[in-house]
Amino acid sequence: MAPEPPPLLTMSGITKSFPGVRALDGVDLEVQAGEVHCLLGQNGAGKSTLIKVLAGAHQPDDGSITWQGAPVQLSSPITAMRLGIATIYQELDLVEGLSVAENVFLGHEPTTAGFVVRTREARTAAAALLRRLGHPEIDPAREVGDLSAAHQQIVSMARALSHDVRLIVMDEPSAALDPDEVDNLFRIVEGLTSDGVAVVYISHRLEEIRRIGDRVTVLKDGRAVAVGLPASSTPTRDIVAMMTGRDVEYVFPPRPAPGAPRATTQPVLTVEGLHRRGEFEPVDLELRPGEIVGLAGLVGSGRSEILETIYGARRPTAGRVQVAGTPLRPGSVRAAVAAGIGLAPEERKAQALLLTESVTRNVSLSALSRFARGGWLDRGAERTAARRATRELSLRPDNPDAAVRTLSGGNQQKAVLARWLLRGCRVLLLDEPTRGVDVGARAELYAVIRRLADEGLAVLLVSSEVPEVLGLADRVLVLREGRVVHQADAQELDEHRVLDLVMEGSPTS
Amino acid sequence: MTQPAPSAQHQGPGKGHPSAPAAPPSKQGSGSRALGLRVDVRNLSLLGVLAVLVAVGGITEPDAFLDTGNLQLILTQASVIGVVTVGVTFVIISGGIDLSVGAMVALASVWATTLATQEYGFAGILFTAVVVGLAAGLVNGLLIAYGGMVPFIATLAMLASARGLALQITDGKTQIVTVRSVLDLGLPDSYVLGIPPLVLVFAAVTVAGWLILNRTTFGRRTVAVGGNAEAARLAGIDVRRQRLYLYLLSGLCCGIAAFMLIILSGSGQNTNGNLYELDAIAAAIIGGTLLSGGRGTIIGSVLGVLVFTTITNIFALNNLQSDVQQIAKGAIIVAAVLVQRRTLRGGET
Repeated sequence: MAPEPPPLLTMSGITKSFPGVRALDGVDLEVQAGEVHCLLGQNGAGKSTLIKVLAGAHQPDDGSITWQGAPVQLSSPITAMRLGIATIYQELDLVEGLSVAENVFLGHEPTTAGFVVRTREARTAAAALLRRLGHPEIDPAREVGDLSAAHQQIVSMARALSHDVRLIVMDEPSAALDPDEVDNLFRIVEGLTSDGVAVVYISHRLEEIRRIGDRVTVLKDGRAVAVGLPASSTPTRDIVAMMTGRDVEYVFPPRPAPGAPRATTQPVLTVEGLHRRGEFEPVDLELRPGEIVGLAGLVGSGRSEILETIYGARRPTAGRVQVAGTPLRPGSVRAAVAAGIGLAPEERKAQALLLTESVTRNVSLSALSRFARGGWLDRGAERTAARRATRELSLRPDNPDAAVRTLSGGNQQKAVLARWLLRGCRVLLLDEPTRGVDVGARAELYAVIRRLADEGLAVLLVSSEVPEVLGLADRVLVLREGRVVHQADAQELDEHRVLDLVMEGSPTS
Repeated sequence: MTQPAPSAQHQGPGKGHPSAPAAPPSKQGSGSRALGLRVDVRNLSLLGVLAVLVAVGGITEPDAFLDTGNLQLILTQASVIGVVTVGVTFVIISGGIDLSVGAMVALASVWATTLATQEYGFAGILFTAVVVGLAAGLVNGLLIAYGGMVPFIATLAMLASARGLALQITDGKTQIVTVRSVLDLGLPDSYVLGIPPLVLVFAAVTVAGWLILNRTTFGRRTVAVGGNAEAARLAGIDVRRQRLYLYLLSGLCCGIAAFMLIILSGSGQNTNGNLYELDAIAAAIIGGTLLSGGRGTIIGSVLGVLVFTTITNIFALNNLQSDVQQIAKGAIIVAAVLVQRRTLRGGET
């Protein structure tokens, strides 16, 4: 081959921090024209932040970007789009009330005299794009809200192609697709690359990357741990090792000696035939005091849904939940909390915290009435109790007045745990407890969770990081597509076995 | 406000990032401290604006403005809208909005002054005004909390219906109040140490509002619902019931304000409380309450009311037309919200 052409895109040393979290820490990425460059990494590794920088939606704190040999600043999404960078996000950014053609040409409609939209021309052009994408059956005049998820994705892609695009970023495009549709997606990607367009492809599914990828960049905790590996020849084991970061030793607290009173005690949480149509199949589950049970599965396997249904935040189609033998009113968070269940939800900031409020106010939120007589708060007692809980978890800074927003991810999670510690619950549901928490702080969180269990709490843990589930839980349930496919003692499983179970049945295997 | 500096430096991505310079964490810390300060500064700056206004009034119309009677008038005029604003502030802090306050004041004031009601005297008028306010608030609350309606729409519908009902009751006529004990409360004889009773009611509602917001579980839950309704729900708070209570509270304030207006005007009219919703919301906003919820103060809202009322008074004394007043009001709202936006942005990154 001729000497290697200059890369289409070079990002170097990209750094981006959010309050409390360093999302990107000097990431490099290099993309050639006409290649499929795969971006791999676990949740929270920094993939989303990186593509938002690339799309001009986030401004990096540091680092440089070179586009076709010239340094550029992607100061806004429009700038990125003008250069020919298009992004297809996981959450599609379509306007549901507008037609397919209107969505495709949103912001750059073909017009007469600058403002009269030439509807027919837009529809013809949209139809041509849809044909190119292998979906001539989508009517450009239809409202986007009426289309299936797969077709909406095609529309999103047509919108990207309606610009003179040189690079398309696809964020987990196959997540919402059936196997046939994935095949079509791959045909589209091949068509694009043969036209010289570069594709940055994000997926959790390794076998997809083998099929269409040229090179792979692996992100882990905001750093690129491998840049530009050959997609077809790098052994899976190496890739998994880089993603899961085996080199970073997870420090898990020791489990209590086997034969501890666990087997003899009554279960504190009993779930029988719990079921939510379209989300997960009937689940049976027992949790005893002192026990940590892990749910392993991919995004969309129903793990968070199960947790939220147990907690009453979602109403089950069938089945029931009992705490210490007493059935809970279904679909009532208040009943669950009153019975002693606590939840540390997946989206800590969106679902658990009042970010601008103080640590004390966040921690006391679930037990407010305990500090009140006739609705009147005893703020001294509240503060003392909150402080006791946060100190027990060594939350830092040890300042009850600090706004939760200013804490690091790990300490924000501790604030959530302290809330339930203060409330005094018997069952703790943890959804991705270490998301956005850096490695050092994780070990501390693991120790806290184990200690809470040793003190008699029953813990149900959901995590997409398999080593976390295996290292922390006593017993593991593996979920795939809303179904429990395997159940075993954590010590009897290893990471590869779980990954096999979790990914089995994905399109190409 | 008095956070010790060292604690601010503990946070930040220190661990695992030895290369991270010391500057970013401390910058973050100062940002949060500044946010805490700025909220207070904003109240202080409103106080400053008020002081400037008093100075302007004192200089342009030294005799008329600083006259005891005029100061009493300003406070009295502020009282009615002030009580309404306290209720609206709670609703806005919870992330809602109440567009129906003016209409609720009108409805309560005409219902409480019908001939039939007036037969029951002072107690009948007060009772009716409060109950009508509560009932309208209950309807708002039920529609929003349990009917799943957007607050804007539900209270807009209440605005239209309550005004219509008020017109139907009065047939467009002014209902003169003949109950002496009610009318007496508006006369200088009833002033306590030179303070009109209406101003005392306003002060009492302000103090009660402050205590409820800052010292009770109700206030805490209000802030939680407005700051992050999903988090509040998942923490086990009954978000719907809280919302219902909040619109009831707003209705109650309107009932009280209606009674005050009856005392002040000696009558009930279906045009009472016209555009109170805009004045109350504007006062809360310039007082630093976030329209998106989760943050706000009673003091700020009360200062906002006083600023608006004082401006109106000064303009009237200087024989400036209401068009100029309106323009000035608009400019103040814009300036206050621009300050608010800067504060917010400073808090985010």
